Amino acid sequence: MLLIHYFAGVREAVGRDGDRIEFPGNVATVADLIRHLRMSDNRFERMMSEQEQVLVAVNQAVTGQEGAVADGDEIAFFPPMSGG
Amino acid sequence: MAHISVQVEDFDLGAEYRRLCGDAPGAGAVVTFCGLVREFYDADGSEEVRELRLEHYPGMTEKCILDIVGQAERRWDLLAVRVIHRVGALRPGDQIVFAGVAGRHRGEAFEAANFIMDYLKSEAPFWKKQFTGSGSEWVSTRESDRQALLRWVRPDRRSRREA
Repeated sequence: MLLIHYFAGVREAVGRDGDRIEFPGNVATVADLIRHLRMSDNRFERMMSEQEQVLVAVNQAVTGQEGAVADGDEIAFFPPMSGG
Repeated sequence: MAHISVQVEDFDLGAEYRRLCGDAPGAGAVVTFCGLVREFYDADGSEEVRELRLEHYPGMTEKCILDIVGQAERRWDLLAVRVIHRVGALRPGDQIVFAGVAGRHRGEAFEAANFIMDYLKSEAPFWKKQFTGSGSEWVSTRESDRQALLRWVRPDRRSRREA
């Protein structure tokens, strides 16, 4: 199982604030997961092609495309932060 | 000693200052920074902001702020740090963020407060959406904020080389 969160502009583009999905067998990295979601979810695909920059956090730590993803992880997709 | 809070409620600058002093007996310098919601966020200042809505990633936000404060504490000799970041709906002039640092001397307290603010701007998972008379849009990270982070990298590299 993967718990996925979407925040800010990414949430608006996907149309919901998260998903809970069965862990896809062919996923080992962030890049694999993005490929899987782009193929299985039209709105995710549209969001990825429209957003200027999307950051990914695995278990609440920002990581790159090569970051490992395992069953049970918490994943988040969001635009660059704008705090302060 | 570090205290962080992500909250909807407003905060009292005087009360925060007194708490910092209470947490840091022997401090010789207390620096407090308070950020306010600006009236204009667009570059040409043409669109007046009516409301700013802030969202965050509960859990990760607190971890990120603690990490930023931890980095500051390793870098400078600090006695107490307090950080408050508000979320939810805010209006121009509202207090949005507080960073307070108590140290033995003013140099390190000023530097650490500046460092914490620079990292909060682009490393903690907050997002701002501004509402004007003509609609709403997400506030993007400013290039000047990205550049602000770079200045903290160089002295570290230099000291590693010297060591």
